Formats: sequence, structure tokens, C-alpha cells
Amino acid sequence: MSARDEILSRVRDAVADVTTPPRASTGTTSTEGAPGSAGSASAAGSASSASSAGSAGSGDGAGSGDGAARGEGSARDETLDLFAENVADYRATVVRATGEEVPGVLADVLSDLGCRSLVVPSGLDPAWLGRLPDMVATLPESEVTSHRQLDAVDAVVTTASVGIAVTGTIVLDHAAGQGRRELTLVPDTHVCVVAERDVVHDVSDAVTRLRPSPGSARPLTWISGPSATSDIELQRVEGVHGPRTLVVVIVADPAAAQVADAVDAPGRGH
Amino acid sequence: MSPDPAHDRAVDGGAGHAAYPPVQVTSPTFVGMPKFPKAARAELANAQQRRNLRHATHTIRDKRAHVVAEVDDWEALRVKGADAKDEALTHLADYLERLEESLTANGAVVHWARDAAEANRIVVDIVRAKEVDEVVKVKSMVTQEIELNEALEAAGVSAWETDLAELIVQLGHDRPSHILVPAIHRNRKEIRDIFVREMGAVGRPAPEDLTDDPARLAEAARLHLREKFMRAKVGISGANFAVADTGTLVVVESEGNGRMCLTLPETLISVVGIEKVLPTWDDLSAMLQLLPRSSTGERMNPYTTMWTGVHEGDGPQEVHVVLLDNGRSHVLADRVGRQALRCIRCSACLNVCPVYERTGGHAYGSVYPGPIGAVLNPQLRGTASDIDRSLPYASSLCGACFDACPVRINIPELLVELRGKVVEESGPTAESAAMKAAAWVLSDPRRLATAQKAATIAGRLTGGRTIRSVPGLGAWTNARDLPSPPTETFRQWWVREHGNEDA
Repeated sequence: MSARDEILSRVRDAVADVTTPPRASTGTTSTEGAPGSAGSASAAGSASSASSAGSAGSGDGAGSGDGAARGEGSARDETLDLFAENVADYRATVVRATGEEVPGVLADVLSDLGCRSLVVPSGLDPAWLGRLPDMVATLPESEVTSHRQLDAVDAVVTTASVGIAVTGTIVLDHAAGQGRRELTLVPDTHVCVVAERDVVHDVSDAVTRLRPSPGSARPLTWISGPSATSDIELQRVEGVHGPRTLVVVIVADPAAAQVADAVDAPGRGH
Repeated sequence: MSPDPAHDRAVDGGAGHAAYPPVQVTSPTFVGMPKFPKAARAELANAQQRRNLRHATHTIRDKRAHVVAEVDDWEALRVKGADAKDEALTHLADYLERLEESLTANGAVVHWARDAAEANRIVVDIVRAKEVDEVVKVKSMVTQEIELNEALEAAGVSAWETDLAELIVQLGHDRPSHILVPAIHRNRKEIRDIFVREMGAVGRPAPEDLTDDPARLAEAARLHLREKFMRAKVGISGANFAVADTGTLVVVESEGNGRMCLTLPETLISVVGIEKVLPTWDDLSAMLQLLPRSSTGERMNPYTTMWTGVHEGDGPQEVHVVLLDNGRSHVLADRVGRQALRCIRCSACLNVCPVYERTGGHAYGSVYPGPIGAVLNPQLRGTASDIDRSLPYASSLCGACFDACPVRINIPELLVELRGKVVEESGPTAESAAMKAAAWVLSDPRRLATAQKAATIAGRLTGGRTIRSVPGLGAWTNARDLPSPPTETFRQWWVREHGNEDA
């Protein structure tokens, strides 16, 4: 008997006393998503699937259920403030800015940190790097051919897929603007630009939004502060192997987008 | 699958399958291990270690309490976590098949291993085919359990541990003493000396002016390991979770060495215990809240990597997953004991355990120390060795571990079960003989009266002096004084005071 068959048969026999069937959702339709919102892709789709998956049982019991688009403005502000506070609590640097301010903020941050070279993910808004000081050399992602080449680069600027307020986490799915995984790993400084509309309240909201789509699953990197260790006498040391400096720029949604979000989310959280 | 009459016996722990016994073979490292009380005595004599352990366990314990209190409904979350694991465990075959299907659909190659030797063989074969002489490793309990590093070493392949604590342990030719902080028994000066002495032999030497400042030591590790990350062709990991419906593997870490090993090499091999399966993606929600808060006492750990097979143009383009039994199906067959397979290796039970705090991890004779180790080791390995027979007694049954466990494993209940099993298996002992004798005496009033009379005579002989030692009860009376028998029994007193009225 093959190892596979023997193990499967052992574990079947081991639970011969169990008579309940497996949970309903384990059939072939793992990613049934939101039947009502079929067809809506990426950002818009994730907002609507959040509400349906919440009703399927993932959201309850984990505290404050709802996510990106909380009904009321004040609750939304609280979530954003909490996100900023918790990111900073990990000793990451937090900057809040409007969309127009992003190029100036990035130029300031990178020159303050003394960065001389920057790797630029494919799909990053080129306007954001419009005000970089001349001394910063940029390397497009497409020209990176080896790990060692990246090891010589000081910094990387990316967007993020989701921010989580309760834990101060940013999640990259490494789509356009976020670079393949090594880009945010090897350089010593990571500047991450997070849109307010991508900040959700808690881990449940994030898990719901990030569900892999069948056939085109993306790798995910969850980042909560710079790398750290407490392995020596439990004294916390920031920065071991990942980027030792993490800067998170939180970008306010344009006024129009805020209205759209509010309209997009009727009846959620009640 | 064709039914095989032999496998029933194998599952029952009977004579069945000689080549692949249902329980693990205790690794050579721990075969000669003395039983817990003896090993503990040696560890207790190490004052430095006791100070380190006390500091570590109390610090992490306090941090955990703080972040757990932040969560509105921690208890509901624990129930959810336990339910998700129970769902996976009670329908494990279904979810393993589902996991295999999802992984394969996403380009991963799935292997199955009945035991440690088979898993090691699979990994060594893959590594050999790549014609490399070194691999980089993410900290993983399961590869320690199967002693993969030793197997690779024997095949001429160096396995570099890349977690800082694991690096300290590896360079120090030492063993881990804690699940989360494996080098907690070492202080900064010892670590500095190990780095200066050992790093040069296996790669970039430690800086000449290295001090014992933890930041400097971490920097030395960064430089030493970066070389290895840059050139490694093969990475080896475990997984914290394996999601059946999506085929996603999850590694939770702090330092970034995990991301390096999971991202930079061309080939990635992950050894995953079959109990790591989660039914659905949504189950990650509870787990990613429970694990970091219970483990490091953080709201979230610095880095979590999730990958679903091969991602084109990003990370390893050859992805292997080895699904390992190694005694787990045997544990699963025990209706009470199977809850131990819920364990997510957070180490919260170690940090609250009064026994672990004093003895440290080495005394448990396994890669799984502390309360959960006292349960898992005899379950996984059986109770044939001294150490495994003694582990269920390495507890005061105070229950702190159950309260701390994020997936509600009732460790004290399991320890009592295992004690019963050990006593049953070990045949007549002083304890069971004493209990039998007591039952015989107590079942007949005349025997009781005779015994009591004999005892009071002994009492008069000892003259009220404390009895410090009774032959045959050494372990018990070493730590306790036995009250001397009274000179008169209650029955004798009653007869003296009241005559023979009603007796």
C-alpha cells in the first residue's frame, strides 16, 4: 500500500467513532464568494464579498465585525486612527498625507533616511517618484536579475493590498505596484503607501478580503512593524533579516471616493 | 484504495506493519534519556538557567495576558479555534485529500510520509536531485522531530538553521529548550562566545570587535546568514497552517529569515504534520488572532507568509509539500487524547507552567517540552521508555496550561488519562501494591482493627517522632515527612470512653 493510502486509511480508522459529516462548506465550492455580487472583481468585489462571508459565520465572535466601509464617518475615523496608532506602536514610522502630498512625502522620507538607491515595482504610479532628489538612483523591477543586485539597493516603495487597524498590519498581495516578494525583503528600507480605503478594522475583515481566487491565487505577506527578535535574553532587537526600517504612508481617500464608499456600503455593521 | 487486512492491526498499535509502526520511533538523541525527575534534578542545579527561565516565562506570560485582555471575546475565539481544528481532525482524511487536490492544482508536488525515516528519505532525495550541498531552513518543530538536519548531514548536505535562536543552538552544538525562544537557557555572554568561536568555521566569521550587546549579536547573525540566503538554491520549512480548500500554506515568524527561506531559493520543501490542516480559508481568521497573542504576546507577529503552490515569476518555482504522519494517526485514534493534535505550538502552556519554569525544556527529553510535551511525547512515541513513562507525572495538575491554551486542549485531563495508562501498563509497582493492600484491609472490619492495632504499637515504638523514611516509598518520603501513627486508634478511644455500648 502506498504511504498516501496507508495514512488516509489509518486516519479514517482512527475516527471511526465520528458520525457527523464534514462541515457543509467543504464540498467542491470552496470559494462560492458572494452570489449576489458575482462578476465584481478585485477591490469592489472584495467589499461586497466581505458582507456575505460575514453572514456565513466568519465574522461573528471576533469582536467588531465590519470592515473597510463602516457605516458612520466617526467609526471610520476611529478605525483609521487606530491603524495609524498600532502601526506606530511597532516602531514603524507613520505619515498621513493626501494624494497630492505623496510625491513630496516620499522625497522627504527617502532623503531623511539617506537612501541613495531605490527599486521600483512594476505598476507603481510614476508620478509618486516625480520629486525624488537627483542623488537617488532608481532601478525598475524588470531590471532586477539577481538577489545580490537587490542586496545593493537601499530602499523600495510599494503600495499595499490591505491595512488592518486592530493589529497595525499591512498586507501585500504582490500585485502591480507591490513588487514580487523579494523586493520588499532584501532592501533595508521599505516605504509602503496604504490607501485609507484599503484599511479594514480587524483580522477577520482582512481574511475575508484576501481570500485567494481559484486558479490565480496570489502570495501574501503580512507585515506588522519591522522584523524583530527577542531571542537573546528576551531583549527586543529591531531588524534582523527583513527591512530594518519600515515607513507607512497613509493616504487619505479623495473626497469623491469617500462618498462612493459610503454609498457602496448600505446597511453594513448593523 | 484496496482494503488491506494488515492495516487494522497497525492502527490498533498491534503487531501489524513492521516497517511503519503506528507510533514514532524515539530518536537516538533521546533514547537513553533518564526519566523526568532525574533529568529535572540536573537542570534545577543550573542557577543561571533558572533565572533566565523565570525571567522569560514571566515576561512573555505578562505580555500575553495584556494582549489577550484587549480582545473583546477571547473565549469565543478559543472555541472557534478549537472547533476549526476538531473539524479538521475528525474528518482528517477528507481534508487531506482536499489539501492534496488544491496543492496539486496550484503546481505543488505532494508527498506522503508514514514516519520520520520516510520523510527524511523524500527530502534527501529531492535535495540530492538538485545537486546542492547546503539548504537554508526556517525554524520548524516538525523537522526537529524527525531529525532532518541529521539525515541531511549524513547525506553530505549542510542544513543551516536561520532563526536567530536556532542558529545559537546549532552553533553551540546544543538542544532547544523552549518552543518559541529555543536558546533561552543561554545568556548574552555565552552567545557572544559561541558566535566568535563557531561562525568562522561555517561561513562569514563574527566581527572581531563583537560585544555581547543583543543588537550587535543580531547584526552579526544578519551578516553571517545573508550570504547563505543569497546563494541558497533549496529552502526547507514547516508550516503553521495548511488550508485545505485553497491549498495555501502559512508560516508565521518574526525575524524575516522565514521570508528569506520561503522566497529566495528556487526550490522549497515544506514538511507538514497531517494535523496542521485547516478546513477552509476562513478558519485562518481565528488562528491568526489566537496564535500571535498566545505565542509572543503580540497583536500580530512581524511577518506572515502565505503561499499557494507555485506563483509564476515570484519565489520558488518548484514547491514540494511532505505530509507527515509519524504517530499522529495513532494519537487520533484515542477519543480523549486526540484533542492534543489541536496544538498550534504557541508555547503559552510552557510559560505558565510552574514545573517548566523551574526545570526548563531539556528535562522533557523531546523537541516538545512543557505541559504539551508531557502529553504529546508519550502519545506520539508510546510509553516504552523511562522518559515517556515519567512525563505524565511532570505536572502539578494546577490547570494553568488549560486556561492559557488558545485551542482549549485540556492538558490536565490528558495527563491524568496518561498516568492511568502508564500504571496499567507497568504492572505491579509499590504504588499499585500499596493500593491493593489498602483495599484488602479496608474491605473487612476485623482486618482493619488488626492493622490499626499494629499501627498503634508502631506509634508507641516511635514515640511520636517524625518518620522521615519508609523503605520502598523513597521518592514520596524524600520530600515529605510521614506523620507517625497515633498511639491509640479512634476505635480504641471510643471503646475506652464509651465502653462497648453499640459496637
